[in-house]
Amino acid sequence: MYAAFLLYPLLRSVQLSFYDWDGLTLGTWVGVANYQEIVSDVGLRSAFGHALVLMLFFAVIPVCVGLVLASVLNRAKVRGLAFFRTVVFLPQVVAMVVVAVAWRRMYAPDGTINDLLRAIGLGSLARGWLGDYALALPAVGFIGTWFETGLVTVLLLAGMSRISGSLYEAARLDGAGPVQEFFAVTLPSVRGEIAVALTLTVIAALRTFDLVYVTTSGGPGNSTSVPSYEVYHRAFELGRVGSAAAVGVTLTVLILLISLVINRIADREAAR
Amino acid sequence: MSRISRFGVAAAVGLLGLATACAPGSNTSAPPSQANPSSVQTDPAKMGDVTLLVWDQEVRGGQDAQMKELNAAFQAKYPNIKLKRVSRSFDDLKTTLRLALSGNEPPDVVQANNGRSDMGEFVKANQLVPLDPYLKAYGWDKRYPQSVRQYSQYTPDGKTFGQGNLYGMPQVGEVVGIFYSKKKLAAAGLQPPATWDEFQSSLATLKSKGDAPLVLGNLEKWPAIHVFGTVQGRTAAPDTIKQLGFGRKGASWKTEENLKAAQTLTDWVGKGYFNDGFNGQDYDPAWQSFAKGKGTYLIAGTWLQADLGKAMGDDVGFMLPPGTSADAKPVATGGTGLPFAITAKSKHPEAAAAYLNFITSADAMGTLSKTGNLPVADTSKQEVSGGLQKDVFTAFGKVVESDGLLPYLDYATPTMPDTIGAALQDLLAGKAKPEQFADRLEKDYGAFAEANG
Repeated sequence: MYAAFLLYPLLRSVQLSFYDWDGLTLGTWVGVANYQEIVSDVGLRSAFGHALVLMLFFAVIPVCVGLVLASVLNRAKVRGLAFFRTVVFLPQVVAMVVVAVAWRRMYAPDGTINDLLRAIGLGSLARGWLGDYALALPAVGFIGTWFETGLVTVLLLAGMSRISGSLYEAARLDGAGPVQEFFAVTLPSVRGEIAVALTLTVIAALRTFDLVYVTTSGGPGNSTSVPSYEVYHRAFELGRVGSAAAVGVTLTVLILLISLVINRIADREAAR
Repeated sequence: MSRISRFGVAAAVGLLGLATACAPGSNTSAPPSQANPSSVQTDPAKMGDVTLLVWDQEVRGGQDAQMKELNAAFQAKYPNIKLKRVSRSFDDLKTTLRLALSGNEPPDVVQANNGRSDMGEFVKANQLVPLDPYLKAYGWDKRYPQSVRQYSQYTPDGKTFGQGNLYGMPQVGEVVGIFYSKKKLAAAGLQPPATWDEFQSSLATLKSKGDAPLVLGNLEKWPAIHVFGTVQGRTAAPDTIKQLGFGRKGASWKTEENLKAAQTLTDWVGKGYFNDGFNGQDYDPAWQSFAKGKGTYLIAGTWLQADLGKAMGDDVGFMLPPGTSADAKPVATGGTGLPFAITAKSKHPEAAAAYLNFITSADAMGTLSKTGNLPVADTSKQEVSGGLQKDVFTAFGKVVESDGLLPYLDYATPTMPDTIGAALQDLLAGKAKPEQFADRLEKDYGAFAEANG
């Protein structure tokens, strides 16, 4: 089963990536030309660059924000913690396409965000966010931040809740304040959770397709195009199946490498 | 067995598989045999019991209504031919059709997008039946003028678009023109412009009264193609635009006329004629905001007629883009809706042809206009109700009659929809100068036209 549904398509994609094929007529063998194109084509190269920017928004920022949120929630022992946990986790439950449609409306020139800006006297900042060359990519990325922060927070919260209270007591006896406590006790204890969170969110960033497809289709110009969008775009819109397969294979290898590196680092640190 | 060597074996097996697997697409069929015009059976009642599988994309209100009505009428008239209809949205159809056609049991009749990226590729792969024998047998050449037929014509190798065999039968027509708000024009003391200069000066007048007169939502990239095409139709010769649109050799994007069109758009943006943030605005909310009273002009296609008419009533009018003089020959971007084609693997091409004949007959055109669509043939003969529908039907009839329909510019090459969409966003945002814009299009068009021969 595994071989039929996973291995075969995978190998077939690898095979396709060595062909120039339009999906209809006979393909021609082109060797590694499709891979060379990934390196030489400015548009494709920048697509991989955009994926890196998205990693910042999908992984790095959510982990930072999640750490702060989780430690506050964990320390404060707020009433109704379960409620807060549900609220921050909520985005995860909604399908990405729905999220994207909703945010697209909010970012529109006459959308909620611009209305808010105008209401608080910042009307000069109002713009068509997804049509702005400098801001479209961050705007798309911010949706990712909003989406992933909840997941990361809940993960970290679970990790923090199993830290033994005696550790904090010991730290406090040594005269540590809340901040020192965080760096001395909390942060080292949740290293495993951080690694898991980073792996999940980095993969989410790299395979982002639905978000880009629905919000901007890679625009304005090509400023928000990402590799997984290119796979779709090339295979189904441009009819360049071979090139799409090459991008897909490269992306798969990249995801594999990055998650290996993250886990390696986390393992080594945990072993120390 | 250690982990490494197990992986090694798997990899070796995989590589072996790769080496022995045949090249993708190697089961492509031979060219379809042409039917002989004199022996074409045109009486569906004599075709025996047949089931036709039909894929269409007529999913919206009036489109769906006409399809249902016509299918029911066909079934009632020819009970021996059973129809199985599969209806999907345009995007879903576009993405699944390729796979369906290369499968072993494709549908008999499909709606295939005219451009090179779809119909052209299918023709090249011998997956569609040339309809010429049926054209002669049924007299379809009298039903459609050449300016309409060209949109479903390819040479058998799929290289030349707009000439050669007929591969599809469209039902509806489309033309891009200018929707306008009568109230807002009157409030600014203006008449609907009769010439292009009048149109441009009316833009200035409206702007000076504090309105951004042109409504555009260009988040999806393609809406600006229609605006550019409209401007280009005023600056460049129709024949050159046809060559560029059909991707034929011999024309160039880097001409004075095309640069002038690009410069005009840049100027319009600079003068604030468009609504703010148009590159970040959705297409649908944009025309909806026009219907709610934002702006005065909307450059868009006749496919919005039913919706705008419903929302704006008597306030909305439609005109072809005006020419340099009031009596200039009308020229506008436009064409046909998606044509219906017969697949090469269909076992019942004659029954399929009879079905195409039925849904595009004069009676069918009546059904189409009754359900709020713009029929591609006999347009001027239709009875119409409202003012807007009359404007639209008259405009389409006029432009077809004078052979003034120009192809959509994104038809030109398989990659052109992407290239021109992105290039126009760059141009309108001031990220690209007209020269850079023309260079980018020339690169795509020129390379293709050269290689295509």
